[in-house]
Amino acid sequence: MLSTLFAVLFYVATILLIVGTGMKVLKYARTPAPLKIPVSPAPRTRRGVIVRMGREVTLFQSLFKSNRWIWIFAMLFHWGMLLVLLRHLRYFTQPVWWWVELIQPFGIYAGFAMVAGLVGLLVRRIAIQRIRYISSPSDYLMLLLIIGIGLTGLGMKFAMPVDIVAVKVFFLGLMRFEINPLPMHPGLLIHLGLVATLMIIFPISKLMHAPGLFFAPSRTQVDNAREFRHLSAWASQLPPLPEGIPTEEKG
Amino acid sequence: MAPHDMNTDDAPKIVGDPFKMPDLACGAMADSNTFKSAPEHNEPLGFPGELLENWQEVAIAKIGELAEKNRAFQVYLDTCVKCGACTDKCHYFLGTGDPKNMPVARQDLLRSVYRRYYTFAGKYFPWLVGARDLTREVLDEWYTYYHQCSQCRRCSVACPYGIDTAEISMAAREILDSVGVGQKYCNEIIAKLKRTGNNLGLNPKALRATLEDLEEDLEEETGLEVKLPLDVKGADILLITPSADFFAEPQIDGLLGYAKVFHAAGVSWTISSYASEAANFGMFIGSYENMREVSWRIRQAAKDLGVKRIIFGECGHAWRVGYSFLNTLAGPFDFLDQNYPIPQHILEFTMDEIDKGTLKIDKSRNDEFVMTFHDSCNVARGSAMGRKEGGQFDLPRQVLKAVCNHFYDMERDTIRENTFCCGGGGGLLTDDLIDLRVKGAKPRMTALQQVTEDHGVTHMAAICAICKSQFTKVMPKYGYEMDSILSVHQLVSNAVILEGQVDPEDED
Ligand code: SF4
Ligand code: SF4
Ligand code: SF4
Repeated sequence: MLSTLFAVLFYVATILLIVGTGMKVLKYARTPAPLKIPVSPAPRTRRGVIVRMGREVTLFQSLFKSNRWIWIFAMLFHWGMLLVLLRHLRYFTQPVWWWVELIQPFGIYAGFAMVAGLVGLLVRRIAIQRIRYISSPSDYLMLLLIIGIGLTGLGMKFAMPVDIVAVKVFFLGLMRFEINPLPMHPGLLIHLGLVATLMIIFPISKLMHAPGLFFAPSRTQVDNAREFRHLSAWASQLPPLPEGIPTEEKG
Repeated sequence: MAPHDMNTDDAPKIVGDPFKMPDLACGAMADSNTFKSAPEHNEPLGFPGELLENWQEVAIAKIGELAEKNRAFQVYLDTCVKCGACTDKCHYFLGTGDPKNMPVARQDLLRSVYRRYYTFAGKYFPWLVGARDLTREVLDEWYTYYHQCSQCRRCSVACPYGIDTAEISMAAREILDSVGVGQKYCNEIIAKLKRTGNNLGLNPKALRATLEDLEEDLEEETGLEVKLPLDVKGADILLITPSADFFAEPQIDGLLGYAKVFHAAGVSWTISSYASEAANFGMFIGSYENMREVSWRIRQAAKDLGVKRIIFGECGHAWRVGYSFLNTLAGPFDFLDQNYPIPQHILEFTMDEIDKGTLKIDKSRNDEFVMTFHDSCNVARGSAMGRKEGGQFDLPRQVLKAVCNHFYDMERDTIRENTFCCGGGGGLLTDDLIDLRVKGAKPRMTALQQVTEDHGVTHMAAICAICKSQFTKVMPKYGYEMDSILSVHQLVSNAVILEGQVDPEDED
């Protein structure tokens, strides 16, 4: 019964995640940028922009320059989470890809790094007056949600082991539209419930910063307005302005 | 605090830290309100004269329209994670302590309303995501705090997602204008420009008389006929410069500097009375249409006079519009000489002449000045110069070092792409905001005080008409003479010796 419920939950969550995020991304991609607004230090070539964005995505370059503490916590969290996610691929592949095998041990440390980074961010949010001022309930809940995912995950690894073979059978089954029994382990059920929640709220929350980053004109535009004329579709439809200088204004 | 409460006694006596974090002072600047525009200021710009009866409906629809027309607005509203990295980057926050002057908090004034009407979470769980209804109080709050942003973009450099509060401020002002709530200072000026060709409302006759006076001054100084031509058909270069260059100090001295450089280079040039203004306040109010109309004058003037090149004088936001937007708004400029950048900055021109060796320079004539340079934000973060990346930082410094013996930069995090705004940009250079302007200048002034302490810096040069006016006004509050701010081309003017120039020193 619960297995079916979780199966349905994951199907729904996956669809909402993919369709919701896809729709948002499409909307961003279709919305025109009427003016060239790259912000310094702005590259003059497309290549330069790719390098810039590469540094932003992998090293959080701007954040490094603007706030070292947030940067440390954000790096721990995001890189930790990436490794953890990659480690989880073993539940979805059979046979497990060699490099997924390879990162298994690192993935465990990464779990701790991820939770440590998140706790750091949460403490900052509570302790620093300026950040507390700009925080809404959802900002705290989002952190707690992901911390909850991390802690239940680590808990299953170290405190209350779960039958991961059965978990794998469940998820491999889902990928072939079969529902196999999910182990009735409270830690696991909470873990999966929170993950599904995260997937569902992704497209309607600030988590959209991940794809949104690639659509920020201030960072992704090439600084070449003098060389190439940039004109948005709607601006090209504006009624033409009169040619020439009205005689009463001649100097 | 009312403007008259601000007095020189508040000025810091010892050198402080430009990044010093203020305690949060909620509501500290809630009463800082710039004068609202009258119907005769709004209507020529295409906005309703007074607050519309159905303003709420119109404003909400406008948010949706802008989100569809401007990717930056849409993406920035969605992607902020409230990390707080920008919170301590705004000079108005550092200067006032008002938390609504933290960039993210400033964005949230509008984001909260966007969420309420345009997002799932805001529609059904407003308390969860800080969404709120658009009420009259909210509208007034927008007016107050979106007129405490100079659109300097320092916060955008700091943000991991490049979120640019200037874009939000511009959009907010456009929404306000679209329901009939405008700012007097900006809207009156745009209306005036549409009538006369410049922000001052100078007519061609008055402009000609002013230029003739300046020619006399130049002749007295150099013994040469250095021209300031107006409306000369067939000249090679059209100079587009801020109208402050015609009447305000130290801007005038900059204009004389351009004239000397053009004279020494032996090029023919002209000013246009029809487009006698580089400033484009359409940008400050976020109005593409108004910005386009103002820019269009430049195209028409260039065509009418039959020039081959366009050069911009020293003006920060004008250069942003010139460099980044002009081609979009009034291009393509296929009728101009394609061998030169279109448009070109006067510093690019002067640097070329220095490189070519056409200018005879005596640096010692600037020995009384120990200089530093204020990067104007619109040049620093919204445009570029020269062929290399970062030219907008390097060219002014190279020119300064070519004409002055003593130059020292301020602290790295307060210059170049991290420069602090002068405190008077973005349509805030009005007396009714003087309290805000003085407080917003504090980080820049503190950084200046540091180099005065460390290197004996006496003067600061800038390449923005607004910065220059602002500093003239606020420097005395921080222990400097009002003439401690100089135009870069004023220093060029001092050091350049024209061929055949009667040197005053030789005379005695
Ligand atoms: S730095 Fe960017 S993401 Fe962080 S709070 Fe400021 S605007 Fe939001
Ligand atoms: S653009 Fe400048 S003035 Fe406006 S919020 Fe950002 S830092 Fe402050
Ligand atoms: S007035 Fe000067 S410093 Fe201030 S916003 Fe404009 S360019 Fe920036």
